[in-house]
Amino acid sequence: MKIEVQNLEKKFNSFLAVNKINFIIERNTTVGLLGPNGCGKTTSIGMLLGLIKPTSGNILIDNQDIDKIDRYKLLSKINFASPYIELPKKLTVRENLEIYARLYGVNNFKDRIIEISEDLILTSFLNKKTGELSSGQKNRVSLAKSLINKPSILYLDEPTASLDPDVGDFVRNYIKNYKKKNDVTILLASHNMSEVERLCDSVIMMKKGEIVDKGTCSDLIKRHGRNNLEDTFLKIARN
Amino acid sequence: MRWHKIYGLSLRHIYLIKSSFPRLLDLVYWPSIQVFLWGFIGKFFTSETAYYNDTVGIILTAAILYDFLFRSSISYNMMFLEEIWSRNFTNLFIAPIKISEIIAALTFTAIIRTLVGLIPATLVAIPLFGVSIFNLGPPLVLLLLALYIFGVSLDLLVTSGLIRFGPSFENIAWASLFFLAPLGCIYYPIEILPNWLQIVAKGLPLVHIFEEMRNILINDVVNYYVILKAISISSLYFFFGVGIFYLSYYGAKIKGTLINIGE
Repeated sequence: MKIEVQNLEKKFNSFLAVNKINFIIERNTTVGLLGPNGCGKTTSIGMLLGLIKPTSGNILIDNQDIDKIDRYKLLSKINFASPYIELPKKLTVRENLEIYARLYGVNNFKDRIIEISEDLILTSFLNKKTGELSSGQKNRVSLAKSLINKPSILYLDEPTASLDPDVGDFVRNYIKNYKKKNDVTILLASHNMSEVERLCDSVIMMKKGEIVDKGTCSDLIKRHGRNNLEDTFLKIARN
Repeated sequence: MRWHKIYGLSLRHIYLIKSSFPRLLDLVYWPSIQVFLWGFIGKFFTSETAYYNDTVGIILTAAILYDFLFRSSISYNMMFLEEIWSRNFTNLFIAPIKISEIIAALTFTAIIRTLVGLIPATLVAIPLFGVSIFNLGPPLVLLLLALYIFGVSLDLLVTSGLIRFGPSFENIAWASLFFLAPLGCIYYPIEILPNWLQIVAKGLPLVHIFEEMRNILINDVVNYYVILKAISISSLYFFFGVGIFYLSYYGAKIKGTLINIGE
């Protein structure tokens, strides 16, 4: 699915969190959403998810305004993962996945749970309580929940935050391979620049609620005369 | 002991209370509610000791019915709070589930939780005190229905507050029913209230439900008009609650609290 954002603005009282941003994410591409803390990334994702009402502007999915599409049909094709939201800790991994499979109307959900559990190496702790898992395991369960409905649009907020390098690498590889095998449009908010370089076809740089630059990673690095995306990020953030 | 450390830690809680109106309200109204409730109960038993032939039976039946309302309300709010505590709130609101489906699921699960808790207590009261709420006969079902509809209505108002103000509204959730207890005339007749409070109390279904409960047990007569009135008032509160819930949901979308509900 293609995502198009037109003049999107969000004000919280007098605070301008997102200032008339415009971008397009073509179908089956991965775009990185970068920027310093408080630059409006989470608010933008919140608006894309329909959790925050924009002050003005439009969000189009496959050229249709999301306000005019059946919200529930649309949400069944979208999913989201973030380390800042969790699944109920007292429920087992299997129970959590079953609940979300049912909420998303997944057909043959038992097979889907087995499939996603094998892919993300969750099988050995499917019957364990989610609260008893390590950060890395919880992260993979959260990713499994976000893929349970085989979404056409996937929003990922810092998918490898607080993970050790080994698990972080596993998750990045998994996302990259999943994308190759599936028709999915991904918007990835991250502070890990090497992750963005590895996963994203292009990036959007935000600062103080505005888009200050966008393009492929190599284009941005060249344009700002730096050697890597991390230095490019620092230059943009500090200017 | 270092006083600056004690002061520092105290400040952490004082700042929290200062910044949260629901927390402040919670501190203030509990003692007042206790004074009101026990004041009216005391006044009634002092002046009207001969009112009941079967004091234990009527008080216990009232307590069980009130607990039915209380449990259903707490069950509903607990389920909503669980989503906040477990940080699952955002997952739920980005799933393709309608508000009406959320309300229906919570209402359905709350009645199961309530009955699981209440049935043993009701059965225990029979051999232990010789009191059975089943003495109310078929009208019991209608009285419970009126109580449940009102309980769900209160829950909708409280969960609206939770969506709008976040977990700081939690204390109100726990105490919402105690707030109404003195006006509900659960353990005493409405005449015990001052005239001006009687007018307010009649706007609640609780007065009609508990007055009718006493009427059935004392006079052995059923006034279906009063029961119907209680169900109608409860239903009005229910529709009001649904409206407020939707308003609160859209308010939270504007305020952005659905994505980062926290302290």
